[in-house]
Amino acid sequence: MTEKLVIIGNGMAPGRMLEHLLEKAPGHYQVTIFNAEPRVNYDRIMLSPVLSGEKDYEQIIIHGDGWYIKHGITLYKGHRIVAIDRDARTVTSDHGVTESYDKLVIATGSVPFIIPVPGNTLPGVITYRDLDDVQAMLLAAQSREKAVVIGGGLLGLEAAAGLAGRGMDVTVLHVMPTLMDRQLDPAAGYLLQKELEGRGIKIVCKANTKAIVGSGKVEGIELDDGRIIPATLVVMAVGIRPSVGLAKEAGLAVNRGIVVDHGMQTSDGSILALGECAEVAGQVYGLVAPLYEMARVAASHLAGDRSAGFVHSDTPTKLKVTGIELFSLGDFADGDDREEIVLRDASAGVYKRLVLKENRIIGTVLYGETSDGAWFNDLKKKAVDIAEMRETLIFGQAYQGGAPLDPMAAVAALPDDAEICGCNGVCKGRIVSTITDKGLTSLDDVRAHTKASASCGSCTGLVEQLMTLTLGESYNPAAVQPMCGCTDLGHDDVRRLIKAKKLKTIPAVMQELEWKTSCGCAKCRPALNYYLVCDWPDEYADDYQSRFINERVHANIQKDGTYSVVPRMWGGVTNAGELRAIADVVDKFEIPLVKVTGGQRIDLLGIEKEDLPAVWADLGKAGFVSGQAYAKGLRTVKTCVGSDWCRFGTQDSTGLGIKIEKFMWGSWTPAKLKLAVSGCPRNCAEATCKDIGVICVDSGFEIHFAGAAGLDIKGTEVLGLVRTEGEAMEHIVALTQMYREQARYLERIYKWAKRIGLEEIRRQIIGDADKRKAYYDRFVFSQKFAQVDPWSERVSGKDKHEFKPMATVGYNQAAE
Amino acid sequence: MDRTWIAIGTIADIPLRGARCVKTPQGKVAVFRTAENEVFAIEDHCPHRGGPLSQGIVHAKAVTCPLHNWVISLETGKALGADEGAVKTIPLRNDDGALFIALESLMMAAE
Ligand SMILES: Cc1cc2nc3c(=O)[nH]c(=O)nc-3n(C[C@H](O)[C@H](O)[C@H](O)COP(=O)(O)OP(=O)(O)OC[C@H]3O[C@@H](n4cnc5c(N)ncnc54)[C@H](O)[C@@H]3O)c2cc1C
Ligand code: FES
Repeated sequence: MTEKLVIIGNGMAPGRMLEHLLEKAPGHYQVTIFNAEPRVNYDRIMLSPVLSGEKDYEQIIIHGDGWYIKHGITLYKGHRIVAIDRDARTVTSDHGVTESYDKLVIATGSVPFIIPVPGNTLPGVITYRDLDDVQAMLLAAQSREKAVVIGGGLLGLEAAAGLAGRGMDVTVLHVMPTLMDRQLDPAAGYLLQKELEGRGIKIVCKANTKAIVGSGKVEGIELDDGRIIPATLVVMAVGIRPSVGLAKEAGLAVNRGIVVDHGMQTSDGSILALGECAEVAGQVYGLVAPLYEMARVAASHLAGDRSAGFVHSDTPTKLKVTGIELFSLGDFADGDDREEIVLRDASAGVYKRLVLKENRIIGTVLYGETSDGAWFNDLKKKAVDIAEMRETLIFGQAYQGGAPLDPMAAVAALPDDAEICGCNGVCKGRIVSTITDKGLTSLDDVRAHTKASASCGSCTGLVEQLMTLTLGESYNPAAVQPMCGCTDLGHDDVRRLIKAKKLKTIPAVMQELEWKTSCGCAKCRPALNYYLVCDWPDEYADDYQSRFINERVHANIQKDGTYSVVPRMWGGVTNAGELRAIADVVDKFEIPLVKVTGGQRIDLLGIEKEDLPAVWADLGKAGFVSGQAYAKGLRTVKTCVGSDWCRFGTQDSTGLGIKIEKFMWGSWTPAKLKLAVSGCPRNCAEATCKDIGVICVDSGFEIHFAGAAGLDIKGTEVLGLVRTEGEAMEHIVALTQMYREQARYLERIYKWAKRIGLEEIRRQIIGDADKRKAYYDRFVFSQKFAQVDPWSERVSGKDKHEFKPMATVGYNQAAE
Repeated sequence: MDRTWIAIGTIADIPLRGARCVKTPQGKVAVFRTAENEVFAIEDHCPHRGGPLSQGIVHAKAVTCPLHNWVISLETGKALGADEGAVKTIPLRNDDGALFIALESLMMAAE
C-alpha cells in the first residue's frame, strides 16, 4: 500500500534522503514536496563558484525536473507552507494548496541572521543563502562600485572573494580580532587576512556595525567608532538560525532547532525533521556531511528500518576560494591539558598546527598546504596514539617510516576506512571497491556511483589519485582530466578559469594557471587559442602559431605535403559562371584532381603551397570565398531542392540552408560543424546524421542535433519543432553558441551533448527564451569579428611568409 | 673542415614560434625560431611519413609534425617521447640576426 509522504523544503538534506528512500523502498510512498524557493534541488554549497563565475547554475543542479517526473514526485515550486494541521494531518501552502500526509518531513533549513541595526531593510542590503541572493549580487557587481560584507566567516569571505573577482571594491567587516575565528586559530587567520588583502579586499576586524545609512537605498555603513564606510551593496553573512517557526506554531518540541531523536523523529510520531532545522542531541549543524548522515537515517526509518541512528562526527571546514588552501577540524583552543605541534614556512605561506591531548590529535589547522588533512582527520577519528611518530607527525604522512614517499604513496598508505570525501562521508575502501566492482573508468562515473567529489569538489585530487592507484595504467587521467602534460587542469576547469579570471592571452593563461612548460605544446595551444577566440571575440588576437597548419594556411594539407582547396558553394548551389571559373583555375594551375565532396561542393586537390594565394585570387575574382573545409568551424550546410522544385517538399529547404550558411560562416567551433536541411521527412539531405540538421515539415521546422557519421555512426536527437524560419535560425544559432561556449576543444557536438545531457540542452535552448536569446546575441557579436574571408586577406598580402620559401640556395654552388 | 656558410635571410623573416623553409637541391630545410629566439635548422621531412615539419606547431625546442603528431627535437633532430627516428640537423649560424646554413652538410646529405 502506498503512503503519502509530504516534505516541506527541497534543500540538500531531503534531496539526499529521497535518493536513499527510492533505493530502499521504491514505490512505498507517493511523494509531494513544497519548496518556498521556486526551483529544483541544487547544490547550495556551490553558490560561491557561481558567484565567482567558475560554475553556472545549470552545473550545480542536483535533481533536474526530469528526475521528479521519472520518480513520480510532485514538486510545488515557490510554495511556502504556512500551516501544519497535525490533527487533520494536512499542510497548506501560501498559494492555498492543501495536501494530506501519512508521514511529514520538515526540512526548512535555516534563515540568515539579520543584525538588528537601523537601516537593515534598505534596498541594497542582502543576505547570502540562495540563488536569488547570488543573482542580486551579480547584478550589483555590474556597477563595479563598493560593497561591504558583514561577517568574516566562511560565507562572508566566499562572498567577498566572489564580489572582488567580479570587479567590486570590497570591504569585509568582522567583529572578532581575526577572520574565521570559529574555524581558524589567530595565526592562520592572519595568513588568510594577508592573502585576501593581497587580492585587494579590505578587511576591518573588531568592527561593530552601528547602523546602515542611506536615504531610500544603501549608501554606507556606520561603525560604532563613528567611521563611515561607503557602499552600494551590503551583504550580511553573520550566521544562520534554524528555520523553526512553522514547527513551533504546530506545537512541536523546539529548542534551537526542531528537537528530534536519533531516528530524526520529532515529538509527533508522524513527523520527521532533518537538515539545518533539526536539533539532535542538543546540536544543530551547518555543513552538509552531518545533514547527509541525517538523510541516511531518516530514509531508513521511512523505509521501515528503525535500527539506524544518527552518529555525530566532526566535519572539516574548507574555504572554497580558488587558490586558498585551508583546512580546519575539531577543537584547537589552548588548554592546560593540551599540547601542540606547529610548523611554519613563512616564505611558502604555510602554517600547520596539531592540537594533542593525551597523545591523540583533537584538532588540526592547516593553511597553505592541506594535502595531509585526510590523514590527520583519520588519526583523529580513530584516536590513534601518536607517541611513536611525534617527531615527524607534522611533516605529514609521506615522512613517516623513513624516506619521503611520492604523493601517490600517501594515498596508497591510507587505510580503507579513511574518509576521502568529507561532504558525502565516502571512505577510501568504498571508492576503491566501487571502481573495481562496477568497472568504472572515469571521474564522472565515480561521482555518479559513490558521490565522492560530487559536492564541494575539494577532494577531487584525492579521488583521482585513488583511481590511478586502482586502475593503474588503464586509468588515463588525460582522457578525462588534464588537457595535456603541460597542466593538471582539465579542459572544463581551464575554460571556467579563463572566464572567471578574465584571462585574455595565451601567456596570461599559462602564467595564471601555472603551466608546467614555457610555451605549451601542440595539444594545449590550439585549444587555448580556440577558447580565447570564443570567449573574447573582440579583444583576443588569434595566435596563428597556435593553429594547426590547415587553419594557419586555410587549406587542407595532404599526405604528400600539397594542399587541397574547397570554395564555398552556399547551400550546395552553383552556376555556370562559378563552374567556368573553377575550370579555368584547374587548367591554369594544372590541378591534378577535381572532386565533388560529400558536403555538396568542389574540392581541388594537389596544389603546391606557393600557388595557394594565386589560386585564391582567381577564385576570389569569381566571387568565391573560403569554404573553411579545413576549419574547426562551420563547414557545410547541405540541402535538398525543397518546395521550389520537389513535389514532396514542404518548405524552401535550399533557401533556408543558404541563409544559415551565410549567417554562420566564419565561426570557429570546438570541432568541425556540419549542417543539413531536408525539405521533407524523406530527408534527401541526410540531415539526421549531421551535427545539426533541419527536417522541414508542413507545420514548420524540426530541429535535430548531435548526429554523427564518421568513426561513430549515430542518428540525431530532436531538439524541438519550431514554426517559422526565423525561429529555426534562432534555435540553431543559440545551440551552436552553447556548444561553442561549453564543449572541450575537438569535442564533436554529439559527444558534448552526451556529456552534459540532452535534457539540459533542450531546457536551455527550447525551454528558456531568455537564455536562447542571450546565446544568439553572443554568437551575433562574435560573428562581427569572425566573418572575414581568410583567402582574400591572404591574397592582399597577409601572412605572406607562409607561402614563400625563406630562400632558395645551393643550386649554383651544387652546379659548380 | 672548412664550412661554406650560405646566407638565408634574417631571424625577422621567421615568425616567433614558427618556421620557414629553404629550398636546396637536396630537398627542403626547415628553419625554426622558438619563443626564446633560438634558431634551428633541420631537414623538412618527418622521419615517420615524411610530413613537412616546417608546417608544424613549435613549442619549447621541439616541433609537432602536422601529419601524425610526432614530436621532433629541434636540437638533436630526434623524435621525442615513445617514437623512434631522427632527421638530420643542419649547422646554422646566427650573426646578430643574420642567418646562414652550412653547405657541405647538404652536399653530404646528398650522398
Ligand atoms: C554560500 C554557501 C556556501 C556553503 N558552503 C558549504 C561548504 O563548503 N560545505 C558544507 O558542508 N556546507 C556549506 N554550506 C551549507 C550547506 O549548503 C547547508 O548546510 C545545506 O544546504 C542545508 O541543507 P538543508 O536541506 O537543511 O536546507 P536548505 O538547503 O537551506 O533547504 C531548505 C529549503 O526549504 C525551503 N523552505 C523553508 N521554509 C519553507 C516552508 N515553510 N515551506 C516550503 N519550503 C520552505 C527553503 O526555501 C529552502 O529552499 C554553504 C551554504 C551556503 C549558503
Ligand atoms: S569533500 Fe566536498 S565533494 Fe568531496
